[in-house]
Amino acid sequence: MDFDLSEEQNMLQDTVRRFFETEAPTTRLLEIYDGDELLDRELWNRSAELGLAGLLVEEQYGGVGLELLDLAVVADAMGYTAAPGPLLGHALTTLALTLGGSEEQKTQWLPKLASGELIGSVAFAEQGDAWQPDQWTLTVSENRVSGTKKNVLFPSDADLFLVGIEGGRMALVERSAEGVSTQEWDGVDRTRRIGGLSLDRAPCELLTGDSSIAERVRDAALILLAADAYGGAHKSVELTVDYTSQRVQFGRTLSHFQGVKHQIADAAAEVEPARALVWYAAYAFDHRPEEAPRLAAIAKAHLTERYVDASRTMVMLHGGIGYTWEFHCQFWLKRAMFDRSYFGSPSVHRERAAVLAGW
Amino acid sequence: MNLDFTVDEQRFREEVRDWLQDNAPRDPQPLEGAEKRAYDVAWQRKQFDAGWAGINWPKAFGGCGMSTTQQLIWHEEYAKANAPDVGSCFVGLNHGGPTLIARGSEAHQAFHLPKILRGETIWCQGFSEPSSGSDLASLRTRGVLDGDHLVVNGQKIWTSYAHVADYQELLVRTDPDVKKHKGITWIICDMSLPGVEVRPIRTMSGERHFCEVFYDDVRIPLDNVVGEINGGWSVAMSTLSFERGTAFMSRQIALARKVEELIELARKTPKGAMGRMAIDDDEIARKLARLRANVAALQAMTYAAISRNERTGMPGPEGSMIKLSFADLSQDLQRIAAEILGPSMLEYEYGDTGWTHDYLRSYLASIGGGTSEIQKEIIADRVLGMPKGR
Repeated sequence: MDFDLSEEQNMLQDTVRRFFETEAPTTRLLEIYDGDELLDRELWNRSAELGLAGLLVEEQYGGVGLELLDLAVVADAMGYTAAPGPLLGHALTTLALTLGGSEEQKTQWLPKLASGELIGSVAFAEQGDAWQPDQWTLTVSENRVSGTKKNVLFPSDADLFLVGIEGGRMALVERSAEGVSTQEWDGVDRTRRIGGLSLDRAPCELLTGDSSIAERVRDAALILLAADAYGGAHKSVELTVDYTSQRVQFGRTLSHFQGVKHQIADAAAEVEPARALVWYAAYAFDHRPEEAPRLAAIAKAHLTERYVDASRTMVMLHGGIGYTWEFHCQFWLKRAMFDRSYFGSPSVHRERAAVLAGW
Repeated sequence: MNLDFTVDEQRFREEVRDWLQDNAPRDPQPLEGAEKRAYDVAWQRKQFDAGWAGINWPKAFGGCGMSTTQQLIWHEEYAKANAPDVGSCFVGLNHGGPTLIARGSEAHQAFHLPKILRGETIWCQGFSEPSSGSDLASLRTRGVLDGDHLVVNGQKIWTSYAHVADYQELLVRTDPDVKKHKGITWIICDMSLPGVEVRPIRTMSGERHFCEVFYDDVRIPLDNVVGEINGGWSVAMSTLSFERGTAFMSRQIALARKVEELIELARKTPKGAMGRMAIDDDEIARKLARLRANVAALQAMTYAAISRNERTGMPGPEGSMIKLSFADLSQDLQRIAAEILGPSMLEYEYGDTGWTHDYLRSYLASIGGGTSEIQKEIIADRVLGMPKGR
């Protein structure tokens, strides 16, 4: 038994942190917030060269063949660096294909997704906070699908959509196909742009299997969002320690004031123990699938809420500068808002966890 | 104690209600810049023309001379009518003007007060500096005496509406060799003077109403000094007690109104199973009930403070409790809104108003105008009489 990450996983985390700290530093994030560009394609290509696009894809299809825990470690590092890009939706698309794709579909799509040549994105959410597979309403007839989805990551840049269908099934739709239109929003978190997807008798290919596969994909999403939230919350605490150790008021750095110190200590004590929830949920996903749904729900609800709180403390203790557009606090704060809401609010998942526990 | 309004007060309420209903602007208030100024001053002018300008100002200075109870009624009806936030007129009406009334010379009063009331001039506040936020008294912007002028060099920050303002209440250090509170002067700075440069700062909610202001050999006539040279700290404190006192009333009533809006939102926002609304969620219902109780309690405390203020004439230190509690409750409210709205909060365009924008703005409640940490210090030191930690 070993309760800690492996050496390889720690190395992976360091590599990914360093990659995004170098390739997408906060000055770059501000450009993204200021600009109208949607996807930073060059950054995406470089991250794909690192293997991130195909991390979950089996080696026979050109991927790295790692497990969800490994991807969670990557998500943690990306949360830590507030890394921009479509990896979440992309990785979930590769996971769905791995779990529910026919041999033909896998051969057709996975190698190009694993190399990053194509970008995948999930289109699950429907009007009224309906993210869960049992809430999907789109219907397929004669291999064509109609309806609208929202909160789709980088809809105008994605090549392949994984669309949630009535009965918890999933279908692939190409963006270039007829009857497909996308809308971009600003979104709160501009490092992960979202928008709408409208389908009007768009050609689609159903994946095999029943709703249990969509639920696996959903659970993976929750775990990855929780991991991102841990990374971001941890970083928020670090940034707060750094700032309060430099900022001088009343002749001392803020970090000397008990009222300040205790707020940061509280934040750390809320965030750090929660990390193991992510690891455990990811491990369960890989090795104890029957436990995964409940653990994923708990991890997502808990971590994303901790992240919102930690980032709130961060802004508060930075004072006015933390509230500005130019300064970096907003990148983590808005990411926390995203993580909290995306794939459903904490209350939704706590309720699910209670039902799954038989309460 | 008598919790009923008098017949006169009731009649006053009806008069206010009718006027606001017919006259409050209905078009949306612009978020920033020249359009916002134009909107705000037009509304101020309209109030002035109808005799409603300066509700908290004495009649002798052109104000309405309302009793604090009447002001309370005004603010209540103002919120009910959904009349626009005072916006860029805030500093002139609630800081600059009242400070001149309390501490200005006759010349200051005669020149500035009518212009503020008529919506002809916009004021801004030059207090905070990059290195002097919570520790305001450590400010370093220099004012050096040169004949009958002060020559000012330095920088201010978080100055709301400086880019559209005509005048600024400016704190400068005129004596660096004495204890920090003793070497500060309060002076009226004409924003059009050579050497004043304004750079807007964008906030994380996307708008630009804060600014940095830079002073490069700005020559301000000594006639503009309010109070004594090196006596600015006590002038500033009288300004701040207005900020934390009566001026706060309208925001609190707006908060109570927002609570009711939030409850309405919970009634019509679907949540969970089909047909169920957010308010059917026990957890949300309880949070709303608690919030409503807390806001009601805060209002009751404010009303009590108002009556005390009527007798004593000055806002007391309970202003800090009110501000602290107000900040907490504003943020609680937005947290609950986030819970009710869920992922639809993400569908946001920068420049939108509405709940996501309000959520982001609520972060400011515990930072601007004295942080919550500073309010706690004041409560401990001045209200509870505990030893000073700083």
